[in-house]
Amino acid sequence: MLARITATLTLALLPFSASAETDPADWDAVQSAAEGQTVFWHAWGGSTTTNDFIAWVGSRVSEDYGVTLKHVKLSDTAEAVSRVVAEKSAGVTEGGAVDMIWINGENFASMKESDLLFGPFAEALPNWSLVDLSKPVTVDFTVPTDGLESPWAAAQVVFMYDSADVPEPPQSMAELLAWAEANPGRVTLPQPPDFLGATFLKQALYGVVDDPSVLLAPVSEADYRAVTTPLWDYMDALTPALWRGGRAYPQSGPRQIQLLADDEIDIAISFSPGEASTAIANFELPDTIRTFVLDSGTIGNASFVAIPFNANAKEGAMVVANFLLSPEAQARALDPEVLGYGTVLDLEKLSPEERASFESTDLGIATLSPDELGPALAEPHPTWMVEVEKDWTERFGVAE
Amino acid sequence: MTETSGAKGLAFDGVTIGLRGEVIIDLSTHVPPGEIVSVMGPSGSGKSTLLAAAMGTLAPAFDFEGRIWLDGEDLSGLPPERRRVGILFQDDLLFPHLSIGANLAFGLGRRITGRAARRQAVEAALSEIGLAGFADRDPATLSGGQKTRVALMRTLLAEPRALLLDEPFSSLDADLRSQMRALVFGRVRQAGLPVLLVTHDAEDAAAAEGPILRIGKT
Amino acid sequence: MATSLPRDAALAGKTDPGARGLRFVPLLTLLVLIGPVVAGVFGTIAPAFGLFPALTGAAPGMGGFDALFAWPGFSRAVWTSVTTGLVSAALSLAIVIAITAAWQGSPAFRAVERFLSPLLAVPHAAAAFGLAFLIAPSGWIMRIFSPWATGFEQPPDWLVINDPGGLALIAGLVAKETPFLMLMTIAALSQADAARSMVVARGLGYWRGSAWLLVVFPRVYRQIRLPVYVVIAYAMTVVDTATILGPTTPPTLSVQLVRWMNDPDLSLRTVAAAAALIQLWLVLAALALWRMGEMAAARLGCRWAEAGWRGPRLGFLRPGTILLAFVSSGAIFLGLLVLALWSVAGLWSFPDAFPGGVSIRSWARHGPELLSTVIDTVAIAGAASVIAIILVIGCLEAEQRYGLTVTSRGLWLLYLPLLVPQIAFLPGLQTAMLLARTPPHIAAVIGVHVVFVVPYVFLSFGDAFRAWDRRYGVAASALGAGPDAALWRVRLPMLLAPALTALAVGFAVSVGQFLPTLLVGGGRITTLTTEAVALASGGDRRTIAVYALAQTATALLPFALALGLPRLLWANRRGLRHD
Repeated sequence: MLARITATLTLALLPFSASAETDPADWDAVQSAAEGQTVFWHAWGGSTTTNDFIAWVGSRVSEDYGVTLKHVKLSDTAEAVSRVVAEKSAGVTEGGAVDMIWINGENFASMKESDLLFGPFAEALPNWSLVDLSKPVTVDFTVPTDGLESPWAAAQVVFMYDSADVPEPPQSMAELLAWAEANPGRVTLPQPPDFLGATFLKQALYGVVDDPSVLLAPVSEADYRAVTTPLWDYMDALTPALWRGGRAYPQSGPRQIQLLADDEIDIAISFSPGEASTAIANFELPDTIRTFVLDSGTIGNASFVAIPFNANAKEGAMVVANFLLSPEAQARALDPEVLGYGTVLDLEKLSPEERASFESTDLGIATLSPDELGPALAEPHPTWMVEVEKDWTERFGVAE
Repeated sequence: MTETSGAKGLAFDGVTIGLRGEVIIDLSTHVPPGEIVSVMGPSGSGKSTLLAAAMGTLAPAFDFEGRIWLDGEDLSGLPPERRRVGILFQDDLLFPHLSIGANLAFGLGRRITGRAARRQAVEAALSEIGLAGFADRDPATLSGGQKTRVALMRTLLAEPRALLLDEPFSSLDADLRSQMRALVFGRVRQAGLPVLLVTHDAEDAAAAEGPILRIGKT
Repeated sequence: MATSLPRDAALAGKTDPGARGLRFVPLLTLLVLIGPVVAGVFGTIAPAFGLFPALTGAAPGMGGFDALFAWPGFSRAVWTSVTTGLVSAALSLAIVIAITAAWQGSPAFRAVERFLSPLLAVPHAAAAFGLAFLIAPSGWIMRIFSPWATGFEQPPDWLVINDPGGLALIAGLVAKETPFLMLMTIAALSQADAARSMVVARGLGYWRGSAWLLVVFPRVYRQIRLPVYVVIAYAMTVVDTATILGPTTPPTLSVQLVRWMNDPDLSLRTVAAAAALIQLWLVLAALALWRMGEMAAARLGCRWAEAGWRGPRLGFLRPGTILLAFVSSGAIFLGLLVLALWSVAGLWSFPDAFPGGVSIRSWARHGPELLSTVIDTVAIAGAASVIAIILVIGCLEAEQRYGLTVTSRGLWLLYLPLLVPQIAFLPGLQTAMLLARTPPHIAAVIGVHVVFVVPYVFLSFGDAFRAWDRRYGVAASALGAGPDAALWRVRLPMLLAPALTALAVGFAVSVGQFLPTLLVGGGRITTLTTEAVALASGGDRRTIAVYALAQTATALLPFALALGLPRLLWANRRGLRHD
């Protein structure tokens, strides 16, 4: 116990240590530099299952590579970005507090634009050769990743519903509105700017927009008002039929799951096809929960990890990023008893034994098969998310 | 240097104590060894203030002039713990967290060293006041008279050069009072200590068989 | 020889060459308390006017304020901040007055005291979680009465938690602040000669309640005025409780401010700084408003007294006041109970009154990580409370040895860290640390905890220290003990029980700190409180319950020790037992 305190104290007492940068291409050098490093992985900490998975990753990289992984639990990824931005402004160009961030979309775009990221490194990771390049692993919300972030999980929007209360789930955003009007107070969305709430808005936008291709270009190139008017008409109609009449919202995805478990709502958006099965396995949801997707398709993306330009343990972070792409970690993440996250690996590139560990995984009672999931829609350009979030807050974020 | 300053005993040499410009004590007197001087006066006449001045615990708000001498030594500038002036209050003020023996040992001078020797001295002192074998007991379990005896013994073990008595018997009932008076006065005469007794009780002053000083406006 | 010596020669018994440093402890303590507040407020003001362009990219000017006023939620956020703060403080005070007026001096009152004391140590976040799990439409109360009494097979769509009006937030604050004001009042009663005054007033024919209000309350209120102000300032600016129970459309100003602080868009820091200044101004305005209310109440009271009206017979209300105490403290106790249930629950669907299955799975899966967080929390709280009590003892001892009495103005300074909203100076402190390139450091976290711990330790220990019979000290010095020996060998051992209680209070205060840990620790240094609130962004009740219970236990355990240890050590010393 004393040793633990000492360890914490020592960590805290560590001065900024300057480290010569190691070339990601020289993997042996990376590995040897990584040994003994402590990696502060700033990742959203709102989900027990992801926290447990990150803890498991920590124990594995410590065993195999002598890297100590510390999970800094965030309630919003923006907190980590903000920390790096603040450090850059204060001239902290080495030994920064953040070694690795679980990131995508808007936050990645802003960090990339402000030159706050280390790399490119992703394509130099040994396990990159196993990645399925047909998945959205090189483009993040239409922004090219340029090797500045490494993927570790594939995700696609699904809707969870309670089959005990909803015999026939809606198949489109229009049907969802009709269902909500018939069953007021039984559906909600996490309050934007929560990413899942924003995703709900984007999914709704896809459902009402005439030409979805405008969403793939920056918002400045489109007539924002014209494109989004149908969205706000839709939300104007939907909001009074939401849980609490839209006067309060769950603050995050997991809060929504709790509402589903409490039978306060019957339908909830999710960005992880396996999330419902995982929650059922963890007694967090009743086993009557199932998932559905929309006829016109749902948004898909990937989760990445990125390394800030001033990270203190870049090599250690790369080792962790590489481990996240290992068949062992990917198969574990897929297991709904653990995480239920989709893999970014191409099973064809794996050895038969490795492939078997994926194929034998029971995806769980509430998880749709890849065929049922259907094609993923591309994420709109991140600028859309910024504008839509802002607009929503102005229209709906201030209750009367 | 006045004639009393070099003498044995406790001497107040032109002592005036004022508070916010008003003089409340104006005293010159000499208490020779073995004598008990009684100080009497109404409440608020500054009896306790006089004792505080002798102890060296006068609050900063008071204006003090003059000298207090003890066995030829000027007490001014000496902290209370170096004056070797003992004091007994109306309450016994035995330290409640220490056993009776530890209370006595607290007072016992540092000349006696070694656990066994100190323990022995404490035991001897206890038998002297008729409380042999009480060393490990809780002071709260003693009767009023027993407490007063322990408090007196604790004070004497510190080998004071003078003793101040602040209405030491007023909390005792009448029987016990005369008994304790006899004990305390007998012990201090035997030890040859100059004693300043502050009291309300004329019987105390009479039993002290010494000069009586009246202070304060009457 | 009798020539002139220094005038204070007679007082020289008070000098003490060995411990001259003691003289500077009060000054040091003041610096420790005021320094961070002043630096922090400055660090907040400067960015608000765009004076740190390097950090925020903003030009000097009022841009932050313009953006703040343009935020659509501004007026509502201000309104909820002010109303929740004032209403919760007024309600808490009213409950305390009602209970005390009705029951002071009775055995029931002592029972209330016993009942409320441990609640002081329950961290705000844990109390808020418990309350939320209790009163939500799908909460425990509704489950117990459904469907047999309510007919609900599904939870009703009632806006109870996170309501835009902030009623749930007010309820949470009242439940937590009532014990604080109650204990402050009890401490004040002993100094107000309350019992005898009551006898006199009732002898003159005044009914119990009237007698208390007219005779005792004015004296008590003078003593608890600063604690009441602390409650107002705290309630108006709280972040953790407001995140859990408060409105979200929009949130209170303080919650929104923290979001802006954490936004990657650094220009929003200017807005956050402007909001912090507005927040500070709001607190001052609310306190001024409250002060006017005080004066009006005092005037009414004087008129009442002059009129000689013996007051209404309100005896029939006495049971009701006990009910008030029971509801406000029962909410926290029941909340903790429902947390305990959730921490071992399997699937627990609405409307089942109890979980379908019980397992220690949640404890097992969080155990290892929980343990390491507990150790860090205890290390920080232990260090902060020990430093605080050393400073406090130093101040109190210096006060006595050198007559450096804390004046009423000094008391205000002591309360300053509690009166200036945390939200108004911690962001500035973070900015200052960033500019000084100080990495997040456990020492900095401990240091900033000390700022908030010292006032409570002082309040908790000061009275006992001063009430100690100083003749014991005279007796000790007459026996040859110097001031240090008198302090260490007599005074502190005799005051062991209140000292340990003060230490426990300090420990609990440190355990409960959210914003200082979050902002100064930079996310790297986590305690049970920051973890619990971070987990609140997720929804897993079992995890939240495990952390909130661990947090509560960590804060409460020292109290148990503070109660038990003196009994054990002084088992054979009747003179030190006061029960």
